[in-house]
Amino acid sequence: MNLSMVLYLIGWILACEGTLLLLPAITALLYGETAVWSFLATTALCLAVGIPLVIKKPRNRVFHLKEGFVTTALGWILLSVMGALPFLFTGAISNPVDALFETVSGFTTTGASILKDVEILPKSLLFWRSFTHWIGGMGVLVFLLSLLPLTGGSHVNLMKAESPGPQVEKLVPKVQSTAKILYGIYLGLTALEVILLLAGGMSLFDALTTSFGTAGTGGFGIKNTSMAEYSIYLQVVVTVFMILFGINFNFYFLLLMGKFRKAFFSEEVRCYIGIILITTVIITFNIQGMYESLGHAFQQAAFQVGSIITTTGFSTTDFNLWPEVSKTILVMLMFVGACAGSTGGGIKVSRLVILFKSVNKELHQILHPRSIRKINMDGKTVPHEVVRATNVFMVAYVLVFSLSVLLIGFDDHDLITNFTAVAATLNNIGPGLEMVGPVQNFSLYSDGATCVLIFDMLAGRLELFPLLLLFRKDTWQKF
Amino acid sequence: MTIIIVGCGKVGVALARLLSVEEHNIVMIDTVAQKIQDVTEELDVMGIVGNGSSIGVLTEAGMQDADLLIAVTGSDELNLLCCMFAKKAGHCHAIARVRNPAYSHELEFIKEQLGISTIINPELAAAIEISRLLRFPSASKIDTFADGKVRLIKFEIRKEHLLDGVPVQDIPGRMGCDVLVCAVERGENVVIPGGDFLLQTGDEVSLIATKKNAAAFFQRIGMDIQPVKSALIVGGGTIGYYLAKRLLEAGIHVRIVELDPRRCEVLTELLPKATILQGDGTDRRLLLQEGLPMAEAFVTLTNLDEENILLALFAKKHSQAKLVTKVNRLEFDDIIEGMNIGSVVYPKYMTCDFILQYVRALQNEAGNNVKTLYRILDDRVEALEFTIHEESPVIGVPLTDLPLKKNQLVCCITRGDEIFIPRGGDAIQPGDTVIVVTLEQGLHDVQDILEE
Repeated sequence: MNLSMVLYLIGWILACEGTLLLLPAITALLYGETAVWSFLATTALCLAVGIPLVIKKPRNRVFHLKEGFVTTALGWILLSVMGALPFLFTGAISNPVDALFETVSGFTTTGASILKDVEILPKSLLFWRSFTHWIGGMGVLVFLLSLLPLTGGSHVNLMKAESPGPQVEKLVPKVQSTAKILYGIYLGLTALEVILLLAGGMSLFDALTTSFGTAGTGGFGIKNTSMAEYSIYLQVVVTVFMILFGINFNFYFLLLMGKFRKAFFSEEVRCYIGIILITTVIITFNIQGMYESLGHAFQQAAFQVGSIITTTGFSTTDFNLWPEVSKTILVMLMFVGACAGSTGGGIKVSRLVILFKSVNKELHQILHPRSIRKINMDGKTVPHEVVRATNVFMVAYVLVFSLSVLLIGFDDHDLITNFTAVAATLNNIGPGLEMVGPVQNFSLYSDGATCVLIFDMLAGRLELFPLLLLFRKDTWQKF
Repeated sequence: MTIIIVGCGKVGVALARLLSVEEHNIVMIDTVAQKIQDVTEELDVMGIVGNGSSIGVLTEAGMQDADLLIAVTGSDELNLLCCMFAKKAGHCHAIARVRNPAYSHELEFIKEQLGISTIINPELAAAIEISRLLRFPSASKIDTFADGKVRLIKFEIRKEHLLDGVPVQDIPGRMGCDVLVCAVERGENVVIPGGDFLLQTGDEVSLIATKKNAAAFFQRIGMDIQPVKSALIVGGGTIGYYLAKRLLEAGIHVRIVELDPRRCEVLTELLPKATILQGDGTDRRLLLQEGLPMAEAFVTLTNLDEENILLALFAKKHSQAKLVTKVNRLEFDDIIEGMNIGSVVYPKYMTCDFILQYVRALQNEAGNNVKTLYRILDDRVEALEFTIHEESPVIGVPLTDLPLKKNQLVCCITRGDEIFIPRGGDAIQPGDTVIVVTLEQGLHDVQDILEE
């Protein structure tokens, strides 16, 4: 393992975080808050650790998939540890484990909180909390790849490790250009949302934080009631943008290139839209009795479905009080997740499509034992490696999930709470049901259980393998 | 530039490696998914699995916006077809590799009819290089500039040359001939020497001179400048055929050892003046019997690199012959370099150099074109020939006053029929071609040698 290269990149991650922390510092300055010193101290610390690591370029620039995965996993852990410091320095959260939970929840775009009352936090901390969503949504390494002139092709391994989905493909020949295009689309859509929210009468601060939360499909609210207090117009805008950010960014690239046919040909996107439409209609009819009109019920259903399937986790209503069918559908949507190559979490629609087709293929094989079949997607054969990786991902996912439920079970809360708490963190959603429902929070768990959930959030965001790899002995061997 | 490379073989990947370092956008096409997988893991390129001669695949690769398509698959016809499509449908430049000797006479015709920019025949190029080496056996490598009038010759300094401790600037005076040492490899290091650089026995020296001056220089230091009179070639493949043909035309006696009896018959028909021997080239007895110890040149051209190298080592032990070895695989060039088996020819590198030269020239068509490019001394040094146009900033300034970057040397100027090695007071004029030797990779304009 080329540790010097890993450290070099981690140095860059920290330097990058140090610089980004200046934004909340400026916010604190504008609102005249004392938190400014906490942010500046963290910036100084990040730079103090990061800059010595980046000053000397490593001589050995060999970089394989292994290094890519390790850099990503370690980078994200350090990023979170540093990001948690402002919460501790300002005294907003006194328990270090809780502060880490809050930051990991931010970077992994989960949006689960241990805070009982967020409205008493300084504005700058609220800004930082939401901003971590935005950074984590597209990924800090993709951000670095768009900035650093890293020559050599092996850096695509960083993108592979950080970007979600079974198959990570470049949009254009160069990694750097691909990363720039991705961030360009990301920035453009975020700006568009800010403008539309401002047009609906939201204040700039609210519009920015809400947009960060939507863009990263995170879901930290700046109000205790999440989105419930905002007007219908604002809720509709957020609904639409949540769903947009859950779509594979490849789709937008194809649209920009004018390849509309190819864009809409994508099975994943069509499937994703289909699932949203069908579940929204079912839930609308299921809950219509609770709302004054069918239209309102539809709007509420659409918001919650969009929020859960894209793994954002905003809420406009306490869906914990909804009928069982609706709740069950929402829990199932938690696992579905958004599209690959989006900012959302979960298992991803494309993986489910591949899995569904594998099952179908297996059944076909039973009926016609000698038939030869390949799994197709978007008119192309899915390589065997991708199918295998998808199957293995599913197995690993179930294992991590069950083990987590077991471990947090020691805290002695009820099964629905524990089950949905793990589902909400491993899929990077935020709210679960019962005691971790949309109007509740995660403060009920002990430090041990919180650590398990922190692991789940990171594992979910990085799609399990980078984090699991850290536990293997041969990852750290020189050869 | 956006460059599409069809074919992920040795040449395709080597080219992608060179071109991606030079910041080009590269798309690679191959029918084998594994090859695409490997190359995209190693290099910053985009890969597409599919047949490069299908319009659909080429469109997906972005043929419409590409600047250049390079077709280097194993099949000549496929290469030509790819290039034709790229030219007609995508309007980009196209380079095809065509190796079949059957087409070698029609290359110009094919080029014109199909609208292909350039066709490269690596086997022919290799044969030309080998024949050059055999006509000047003292050199271990010869590259030519200015349409063959200027030569860049690499040789090793031995004790008997009496060059030990001689400063580079004294050579023209002492030897009475206009030559310039432009790069020296000493052990692991490669330097572009200044005037006060002292030569040592064991240095691998590259010097630039006209054909006549080079001959005079080598005569003065006591090296053999006579062409070989006979050559023993092992392997009667395409290169063997091209080489034998050229050598016979120059009046050099040729014996070819070839294993395949049918190929032998073909060769006897094609090369009536050559002696064709049917037998295994690795047969000791056969080689000794055919007078290997007496041979003046021994060229190994079989398809197996290992066999070629072993044969060269064998010949080194049993004869004084000039050795030329062909090596296909590019991976182990550093080891082969250390084996001291005379001249080693890599047809695949020659293909890469040729294409690289074309790409650099394409980059600034309006400016000072790269006319010729060679990578010498383990590819750490590049020797480039530029044509100078009117607006170039290097014009009219005496060389001593040009703010040159480190490790750059302007080593030869061709002005009309006159070829000379410039001194400090000389200035470059429009219409000149100049040869620059540099440690920096990726120059594509003569002004790149200047400090910014």
